[in-house]
Amino acid sequence: MVTSVTSLGRNGLYDWLIQRVSAVVIAVYVIGMLGFLIAQPDLDYGTWSAVMGSAPMQIANTLLLFSVAAHTWIGLWSVTTDYLTSLTFGKAATSVRLVVQMAIALLLLVYLLWGLLMIWGGA
Amino acid sequence: MNDKRPVNLDLTTIKFPVTAIASITHRMTGVAIFVAIPVLLWMLDRSLASPESFADLKQLMTSPLAKLVLWAILAVILYHLVAGIRHLIMDMGVGETLEGGRRGAFATFIVTAVLILLAGAWVW
Repeated sequence: MVTSVTSLGRNGLYDWLIQRVSAVVIAVYVIGMLGFLIAQPDLDYGTWSAVMGSAPMQIANTLLLFSVAAHTWIGLWSVTTDYLTSLTFGKAATSVRLVVQMAIALLLLVYLLWGLLMIWGGA
Repeated sequence: MNDKRPVNLDLTTIKFPVTAIASITHRMTGVAIFVAIPVLLWMLDRSLASPESFADLKQLMTSPLAKLVLWAILAVILYHLVAGIRHLIMDMGVGETLEGGRRGAFATFIVTAVLILLAGAWVW
């Protein structure tokens, strides 16, 4: 069996599961955060920074960042392996796909680190 | 694999059923969210950096263009969220038939349309 070196779990079933677990984390977070923001129309800086600086939200935000990074990688991996193929790019397909995938991975790492800095950096 | 098989992936000649439109929209909104993430991270950064930057962001969000951008981001997130929940429901074995798939795809569009309108009302 040939495994893809670029898929997150190196295995379709792992990717399937990671995609769903991360989806549930993101869905719960997004619904909860939207509910909070809708319930707090006059949110001020003091309340907001206290909420985001609390340990439960630091953990929730960290879980969100990792979930988004993993979820996005699996999703965009599927998209790139579906559309950046020899059908669209001929012999150059593997190079094109790999370059695009590495650019995506790099961006996701930047998103992740930027987010972690904000959450834990106390900025 | 035999590379000589006939392949028809000319999207302009393929008729898309509602399930296919729901699926491709899920993908497109996913890619759109990837592009929107830096905007959201930037907003988070401004909201937390200082009371002044928080006030600046709040001021910026009163502009119609900023509201439009936020609404567009909320819209793609809402579609992706609803379509994702439909996926999880289908993973549990519900709505997996051809007819169930059609109804689920249709319901995804209806529910998302309502949520996007509500999000628009919230942003404005």
